[in-house]
Formats: sequence, C-alpha cells, structure tokens
Amino acid sequence: MGLLKGLKDSISRATDRLFSETEPKRIGIYGPPNAGKTTLANRIARDWTGDAVGTESRIPHETRRARRKENVEIERNGKTVTIDIVDTPGVTTKVDYEEFTDDMDKDDAVRRSREATEGVAEAMHWLREDVDGVIYVLDSAEDPITQVNTMLIGIIESRDLPVLIFANKIDLDESSVKRIEDAFPQHQTVPLSAKEGDNMDEVYDNIAEYFG
Amino acid sequence: MPQAKQPDDGDGVQIDLVSGERMEGLTSMEKIRLILDGVHDGNIVILEEGLSPDEESKLIEVTMAEISPDEFNGIEIETYPRSDTRDTSFLGRLVGGDRSSAKLTAIGPANQIETLHKDETLISALVSRN
Repeated sequence: MGLLKGLKDSISRATDRLFSETEPKRIGIYGPPNAGKTTLANRIARDWTGDAVGTESRIPHETRRARRKENVEIERNGKTVTIDIVDTPGVTTKVDYEEFTDDMDKDDAVRRSREATEGVAEAMHWLREDVDGVIYVLDSAEDPITQVNTMLIGIIESRDLPVLIFANKIDLDESSVKRIEDAFPQHQTVPLSAKEGDNMDEVYDNIAEYFG
Repeated sequence: MPQAKQPDDGDGVQIDLVSGERMEGLTSMEKIRLILDGVHDGNIVILEEGLSPDEESKLIEVTMAEISPDEFNGIEIETYPRSDTRDTSFLGRLVGGDRSSAKLTAIGPANQIETLHKDETLISALVSRN
C-alpha cells in the first residue's frame, strides 16, 4: 500500500506542476463507448450549472463530437474549483456503420459512423494538445482490461496528464469496482453511478482535490 | 528494402513480421503509413518493438480518417505487454522513468480478426480470409 500511495503522490505532484490557479482546467472525459461519459458530464453540469452537456443514449457513439461545458464551478469544503468539462466520443479503433442499421436506415447509419470517426480522431488530437487532465470513465460491469483502455491510459500517462478513474454503473449487479482497481492500481479509482447519482459527493471531493 | 510479395491466388492471409530495425529511423507517420498500408491490403502486421504512446494515439487518429463504409472499418490491435500499468515493471518506471519497455504489437483489419482469447502471455486470434 505504501508503494501505491507513493505512486499516487507522484502523480499528484505532476498535477501541482501542470495546473495554475487562475485558468479553468480543461478536463477531458474519456473512455470506451457506452461507459456513461455523457451521463456523468450531464450530472456534473446539472449539479453545478443547471444545464446539461449533451444527449444520452444506449446506442454506441451517441456522442460523436466533443462537447464542452465551460466554467463549471465546483465548491467543496470551502474551496472553489473551476473546470471546463470536455465530453468526448468513446474511443475505439473501429467503427462499422452496420452496428447502427438495426436502429436506422443505411444512409443515416453511414452518416453516424462518419461523424463517429471524426469525433474519435478529434478526441485523440485533443488528448495530445488540449486537455489539462482526464476523467477516465469505465463501466464497472465490464472487463476493464481491453487494449483500448490500457492503450489510452498509457497515452495519458505518457503525457503526464493527471487522471482519475471513475468506476461507473455501480448500481448494476455485475459491477466490480475491485476489478478496475486491480487493473489500474497506480491511479485513484472512484466508484459511482452517474445515472442514479450514487456517491457523487466523493466524486466532487476527488475532482476538487485532484484538479483544484 | 525489398517488399513482401503478395500471394497470387488471393487465398490465404499474409502476416508481415516487421523488425525493430526496419522501423528504426522512420518518422511516426511513416510507421503509421507502413502499418495501415499493410492492413488495407488485408495483412496482419506484427511489430517487433511496438509503438510509442504518442504513435498509438496518432495511429487511432489516422485510422479514423481512413474508415470507409463497406471498405475499411478499422483495426484490431493487441500488444504484449499490454501496458506498463498492469506490469510490475511500473516499479522500475517509478524509480527510473523508463517507459520504453519492449513490446510486441499485432495489428490487423477489424473485419478479419476476431480475438478468441487473451491473457497476460498469449493472444489467440481467429483470422478470416474475408
């Protein structure tokens, strides 16, 4: 445990080095498709500004372009943290328009897949150029050890971006937060249900402490 | 440098084993082009030394730009070791800052590769001829 704490402290020091006190921090919400990124972004935005960020859906790639909610002020324990939330499309290495043809006709499915590919490319570009920190959202009912997840976490680490891992969907019976903690032991993992609003106090405490 | 010969009869799957030496000296975009040209031809590309995290990021970005309905729907990619994150070598990274541990990466067309099993030491994949 001492070693893990040392790692987390090391990452916290990187946070201190990167962030200034005056500018809002651009926090990118990344993760695989359907992990609940937009649901979380909307809950944070509604809780602190009253407005949502975007449309939520069970269809993969509902979020096809990155959307930003600026100047979200989060107040915790007498301290105010201002962040810009960037809700990004789910990162993947493949997009097949036929995934969508059950829900729409071919033309719409092709259009949707094209938008999805542009959104993923944009999200990857932004990760290299335009975010100060990352909230990485995982579905805690799914196996976190996927190539895309480990690759993305590796990319984030290589850029020395501070990252909080959110284990979403703890309201589901199959949820296992420990599976995520075991997969990425060097990062802080926060359990939550963005849909039900479970454990949001701890979510905000961690955002304020980590990105403030 | 000699190029791999394509099979004449179109029957079978070509596997390109790319040495670290061949990748050495290429720019990031040249590496990505080499990989995606092979994958577009239906080949499985195996890199002896993998890609850097930045190159992996650019590979995803360029792949997305090249996806085309009914023609190319992306890539499957698997790497060993998958990531420093689950490897005890992250201890070494903590004290030494070395992130360039050797890794082997397999990349192929998403519509031809179905990964059947993967664990810490083995990738088993079914490759269809399409």
